[in-house]
Amino acid sequence: MIQLKDKLLRGLLWISAFLSVAVLVMIVGFIFYKGINLISFSFIFGDYSPTGGGGIWPMIVTTIYTILISLIIATPIGIFAAVYLQEYAKQGRLVRTIRFATESLTGIPSIIYGLFGAVFFVTTLKLGMSIIAASLTLTIIVLPVIIRTTEEALKTVPLSYREGSLALGTTKLQTLYKVILPSAMPGVLSGIILSIGRIVGESAAIFLTAGTVAAMPDSIFSSARTLTVHAYLVTQESGDIELAAAVGIVLIVIILVINLSATFISKKLNRATNK
Amino acid sequence: MSIPTNNKQVVVIDKANKRKYMLEKMSSRIFLICALLSVLTLVLIIGFVFYKGAHPFVAEGYSFIDFIFGKDWVPSEDKFGIFPMIVASIFATIGALIIGVPIGLFTSIFLAEIASKRVAKIISPAIQLLAGIPSVLYGVFGLAIIVPFLQNTFGLVKGQSLLAVILVLAIMMLPTIVTVAETAIRAVPQTYREGSLALGVSHIGTIFKVIVPAAKSGIMTAIVLGLGRAIGETMAVILVAGNSLIVPTSLTDSVRPLTTNIALEMGYAFGTHQDMLFATGIVLFSFILILNFVLAKISAKGGN
Amino acid sequence: MISFKKIKMGLLMLSILAVLSACTSNTNNDTKTSDGSNATVSISGSTSVGPLGEKLAAKYAEEDNTKIEINQIGSSAGITNAISGVSEIGMSSRDLKEEEKAAGLKEVVIAYDGIVVVAHPSNKVKDLTMEQIKQIFTGEVTNWNELGGADMEIVVVSREDGSGSRDAFQEIVGYSSGELIRNAIIASGNGNIKTTVANNKHAVGFISFEYIDESISTMDINGVKASPENVLLEKYRLSRPFLFVYKEGKLTDAGQRFIDFILSEDGQLIAAEAGAIPVK
Repeated sequence: MIQLKDKLLRGLLWISAFLSVAVLVMIVGFIFYKGINLISFSFIFGDYSPTGGGGIWPMIVTTIYTILISLIIATPIGIFAAVYLQEYAKQGRLVRTIRFATESLTGIPSIIYGLFGAVFFVTTLKLGMSIIAASLTLTIIVLPVIIRTTEEALKTVPLSYREGSLALGTTKLQTLYKVILPSAMPGVLSGIILSIGRIVGESAAIFLTAGTVAAMPDSIFSSARTLTVHAYLVTQESGDIELAAAVGIVLIVIILVINLSATFISKKLNRATNK
Repeated sequence: MSIPTNNKQVVVIDKANKRKYMLEKMSSRIFLICALLSVLTLVLIIGFVFYKGAHPFVAEGYSFIDFIFGKDWVPSEDKFGIFPMIVASIFATIGALIIGVPIGLFTSIFLAEIASKRVAKIISPAIQLLAGIPSVLYGVFGLAIIVPFLQNTFGLVKGQSLLAVILVLAIMMLPTIVTVAETAIRAVPQTYREGSLALGVSHIGTIFKVIVPAAKSGIMTAIVLGLGRAIGETMAVILVAGNSLIVPTSLTDSVRPLTTNIALEMGYAFGTHQDMLFATGIVLFSFILILNFVLAKISAKGGN
Repeated sequence: MISFKKIKMGLLMLSILAVLSACTSNTNNDTKTSDGSNATVSISGSTSVGPLGEKLAAKYAEEDNTKIEINQIGSSAGITNAISGVSEIGMSSRDLKEEEKAAGLKEVVIAYDGIVVVAHPSNKVKDLTMEQIKQIFTGEVTNWNELGGADMEIVVVSREDGSGSRDAFQEIVGYSSGELIRNAIIASGNGNIKTTVANNKHAVGFISFEYIDESISTMDINGVKASPENVLLEKYRLSRPFLFVYKEGKLTDAGQRFIDFILSEDGQLIAAEAGAIPVK
């Protein structure tokens, strides 16, 4: 009896694992199969053309803009916030409130961020549908990620580093900049890389704040579309699955590179701390 | 620091110290402000969404009850009822959980306990990678493969349906659930396994009676994260839902979940219509808060 | 030893950032130089007018430095944007309502367009009366065999509330948004309707003439073929104007030049090529 049950459960485990892997392989396979024919130098680096056959360079540039702007704003704020929580704050109600706020921000669905961005950055701050409005919205989305990973990284810096530095007569600030932050750098970096992944994959929030203009952005105040929004729109508007899949390949490659560099950095981190 | 020998030196050192002290104080202030920014943005987000969303009910005399339980959503005729969308969101989420959680969980158990190290080393990172794939692509896959598949295999009149939404969401939450649950299961101390096996319990028995219960809180986290991804998903759902405004009575009805309603109409809504989309956002928001709360309760109870 | 690693890491990050920013600043310079004058005309609105607008803008870019920015978000939203000043010009594929005119909007008809009822190519029904169309979309007729077709359920595909095509279609056919059959699939653009109908043999929908191709079959109305000629002869009734609307006095020189170009012979030729019906 027990043996039969065991066999059944074991079978279920195998079937589930097979199903998961099969489905996921199918998705990636489907995207590459459908899109690979379109991939070419001129597709990636060519300008978009409304009559068809153009490239996706404007969307790549827009994606890079949003990544850069959101990170330029979110990184220092996130690092400073983590430094405060980890190095300065006394545990208490204030810290609990801040922790609660960052955790809540993580759980909010991106469409709500989009709504907020659309009314706050686009309308109230009069930024219009623009790259800057989308980037500011994305800043809020990735802020909790950077705070959390930086905090984790700061936790791993041994107390003896701090004590040693302070014992040499440096101030707290000097210790922070010269000793603690450099030691925590790999952790911070992997947080930044995770954020890039989040920004690249985001669609709903960008759709509502950056608009859908399919052209090379003039400046960060232009409306434009990122790669994900482009993939969505070509599917939705023209039903062009092949084009969407081709954009998908570019996105998957970007995510792959991001993942690999995150693994690379965390390996370096481990090696460094083990020494 | 040397001991000051005359007054002039004392003044100099004092000044330097003062500047250092000021710098310290200022920087700690800046750090505090940065930390408070996340609180501020949360307050701003909740404030703005609730302010806009509550406006029609507070200032324009719309009934909140009619909004929640109304079955008609015709913005051009001033009818705003989101009952069909609430039902659609609930059904879609529950359906995705029913399919996604067991498969995801079993896969994570397989990877952590049954698969050989070499196999797990290939599959686990691959699944992790899939967790990072933009959700839009899952929608593209759904529209190009799942929708026609449902249409042809089951002879449906339209493939854009609740079932299509459920399948896409279930697939989408798989990588999240597998990755998080696998980590939790691997974190169960080896001694648990050894103890159970030493007592003569079979390998499978050990997994389900000892290891999975021990990893419960991690597994709960995995489910909550997967759930969050499913309920908040928008763009992938638009592509496969059909967006009809009916209260779904079967898996084959096309539906419009809450998120979809916002994204579909936000582009051109203004005035009361736009406020009502924010109200839809409030409902979605409360939905997520309630679900998180319930799951926290469940896992707390299980912990005791 | 450790600090050396950290420095390397920092350098790595810096170089990544530098490369990225170099990429963007380069392209930025490119667009700046090709632009010369930095005038931008922001246009938003109808997804029916949008593709024509983009083609016109692409052609226009060959002779003028002005940048034309087109957001396809639906007629009502475009009109709202023109009133609020978010966009300089709004695109509409329906006539302005009284309250919109009262807000001080001026309109320019840039072309006319027909709306065509479409179905799956395999569908044998090729001709409908206006009354039948109304019955289909309000749910009175739910099976193709009632219209002389095969015995199969009708799946109605409509545009979203706020779409100019939908407003124009409903007004001419004669039913209101509240009467639309509830389980209709709602597609958020002409292209989306077309692909939905093309992939479903049960489906029926309506799209702008510009989107007609072999993937769908078009319906005659009362025996009159959906063609630009029949629209001009006023035999085919499902037609509406393509409008550019702007707030009086708010149109810039650059915007006026673009409108002049559209109304010129060249512009109208592009409109005709795109499947729309020229004004003259």
